[in-house]
Amino acid sequence: MTPTALAPAVAQPGPKPRRVKLTDPAVGVWLAAAVVIVLGWLIVTLDGGSFFARANITTILSNCVALGLVAVGQSAVILTGSLDLSVAYLISLGTLVAAETMQDGSVVTGVLAVLALSVAVGLANGLIVTGLKVNAFIATLGTAFILRGWIEDNYTGPAGQVPASFRHLGYDRIGPVPVSVFLLAAVAAAVWFLTRRTRLGHHMYATGGDEHAARLSGVRTRRTVVVAHVICSLCVGAAALFLASRLGAGAPWAGTEARYDLESIAAVVLGGTALAGGRGGVAGTLGGVLILAVLDSVFNQLSVDPFFKNVVRGVVIIAAVALYARRGRKTA
Amino acid sequence: MPATREAPPPGGGAAPLLTMRNVSKSFLGVRVLHDVSLDLAAGEVHALVGENGAGKSTLMKVLAGEHVPDSGTIELDGTTHAFTHPQQAQAAGVGIIHQEFALLEHRTVAENVFLGREPTRYGMVDRRAMERRTGELLAELGESGVSPRAHVRDLSVARRQTVEIVKALASDVRVLVMDEPTAPLAEHEARLLHALVRRLADRGLGILYISHRLREVFELSHRITVLKDGRHVTTVPTADTDTDTIVRAMVGRELGAYYPPRARPGETGGTALTLRGGGNRRLHGIDLDLRSGEVTGIAGLQGSGRTSLARALFGAAPFTEGDMTVGGRTLRPRSPREAIRAGIALVTEDRKGEGLALRQSVRDNALLVTRAVPGQQHASAARGLAGLLDRVRLQARGGSDQQVQFLSGGNQQKVVIAKWLAAAPKVLLFDEPTRGVDVGAKAAIHTLVRDLAKEGLAVLIISSELPELIGMSDRILVMSDGRLAGELPAGAPEEDIMRLATGPADEGTAAA
Repeated sequence: MTPTALAPAVAQPGPKPRRVKLTDPAVGVWLAAAVVIVLGWLIVTLDGGSFFARANITTILSNCVALGLVAVGQSAVILTGSLDLSVAYLISLGTLVAAETMQDGSVVTGVLAVLALSVAVGLANGLIVTGLKVNAFIATLGTAFILRGWIEDNYTGPAGQVPASFRHLGYDRIGPVPVSVFLLAAVAAAVWFLTRRTRLGHHMYATGGDEHAARLSGVRTRRTVVVAHVICSLCVGAAALFLASRLGAGAPWAGTEARYDLESIAAVVLGGTALAGGRGGVAGTLGGVLILAVLDSVFNQLSVDPFFKNVVRGVVIIAAVALYARRGRKTA
Repeated sequence: MPATREAPPPGGGAAPLLTMRNVSKSFLGVRVLHDVSLDLAAGEVHALVGENGAGKSTLMKVLAGEHVPDSGTIELDGTTHAFTHPQQAQAAGVGIIHQEFALLEHRTVAENVFLGREPTRYGMVDRRAMERRTGELLAELGESGVSPRAHVRDLSVARRQTVEIVKALASDVRVLVMDEPTAPLAEHEARLLHALVRRLADRGLGILYISHRLREVFELSHRITVLKDGRHVTTVPTADTDTDTIVRAMVGRELGAYYPPRARPGETGGTALTLRGGGNRRLHGIDLDLRSGEVTGIAGLQGSGRTSLARALFGAAPFTEGDMTVGGRTLRPRSPREAIRAGIALVTEDRKGEGLALRQSVRDNALLVTRAVPGQQHASAARGLAGLLDRVRLQARGGSDQQVQFLSGGNQQKVVIAKWLAAAPKVLLFDEPTRGVDVGAKAAIHTLVRDLAKEGLAVLIISSELPELIGMSDRILVMSDGRLAGELPAGAPEEDIMRLATGPADEGTAAA
């Protein structure tokens, strides 16, 4: 018996060095955003426009805020392995609740009312997904229909009015930077901290990555999913407050016209978060939001055909996800 | 030479660390554990052996709180426990390392080790403490090469296993269950694992070690317990026994069932399929000839590559090297579709997942292949449906309109076979054809398989049930570690098969 004679000739590979960070989607998407900005600047300048004009920068950033807030919330649920399709109608209802409450009461009661509504919708979504075991796609589509029914039954057009003091949120700026960007930054930082630095966040990644493994390790996976849905809805509530401040009133179309449900999922996926959960994060999502906003701005300045604009957006999203899929296969 | 560990189980005379007494468990009225008792001392490596289906894994899942036993007790350090959830067993100090790892691929080693128990500081996860502690545990195991910050997806299977072990150690386990830990490992990795297991036992852990590889069982364990058909057969100190005794205790059973007569000389025809040097990630240098009229049996332990071989021949997990001819044509199928068109059919081991569309009718299932693959005579198959279902002796109350999910396991299997017969294959591969099938249907399937061979099909059959394999096969090939370890004639005794299957990969018939 001479097992050594047949011992494998190949030495055991040592531990791989730490992955070069460039391949991290969160880094890649910001690089891509930089490339898009440079390209946009070139194209707009060649066209005779001025990309880095103060007004244009303000518009781009301001456009980032609403989608950014929703997408940050959407990141939290998608990371956890769930999904939220009710965000658009929650925004619409949120602007209406904000404007009507502020009309009769104060700004504070309006904000509290919107946040309370958000918590309620988030809890409902989370409990339907975990308790009734309804697939998240269907569960949140269901709550979306319910919210839509309520809105269409009670409102036919804009309603309520926000006080002038509250409109500062939507229109004030410091230099070229709208103050609302700080709201987005604060919310994004809070969610980033929650997901990356707390036990809850670790459990969100674990639940999204492999729910069975997470449960066997003692993670309360259901509770984690419910909390993720509440976080998402709170972010959406913040977006609703911002839009109410922008519009000066509540609008039944505030969330649906800009298609925040699908746009937010697109931004999250563009930012490198796996739709199946467990991978990605808020940082990448913000990069995805920025790319979409810059593309919009460039197309608006060039006033190109909306069809062409949508084709480019579609191509960008598909290309990004195909790229991530390739990468995922190589490391698998 | 394998050195038997000379040290007796430590703590002799003292109360054992773990005692499982008269544990019984049934699933759906089928008793899988009958009054099984087992004890384990601190510092002991206790091997648990038995054939597939002997009840080893079920017993361990009872211990880990994943199954609740119908009766019996579990005593740990003198305290009686009744685990109803894995968390309770973990809290009591039982760690289990499953064959399929429960790791998050996209998280770091440290994050996996402390999952569910993350240390916090000011409400924040203390990543530094987590990584430091993980690094310490890895170093204690002599695995300083693994970084606590590495992502699990970048680690080899062996390293992932180390992470599982560290994860168990981080929660202060006293009893560590390892379910076939070396099955996915290469030889040199297995040796490293053996050294690790010894170090863990020296630290006072009690280790329950399930393995099919008898050589490592004899190298590692202090005592061996043999289970068979859910019953405890014997527990012996490793030093007082030998491989032959253990193999006999594992198989010792009569060939009671009736099998149809084997092929007579002259009944086997020409070669229907040849393979030379077939290999892929899991298979190495496979030479194989399947002759029409002959039933070729493939034996081997779980993970030996039996199923991989069938899936490679069928193009589902294709060969990446080697030459294959089917019916005289050179063809190495790259997809099931190519294999089907060449006349190869595979009855998979996972009938419900891969064999059937459960909510569709018998007819839709039986005609699935002929509808899907061009060149098949769909119209004539549809006309011949009734004859086809008669031929497999299907008993379905609702006839061909019955949804297959409501059929018994045996009748479902007959529908799968009918599906392939509709495609008129030349080579028929069976992976565990009678798993989960009652005795009557089993005999019917055996007869059917033999009839098909008599009609000139080349049949390959994989089975974990050795009596079935021996009863059905005209010759038996034994696999081990992704290679063919040897060939045995019809009616070879179980002991010979087990010896080839459990033997080291570097013995056997390298010349053949």
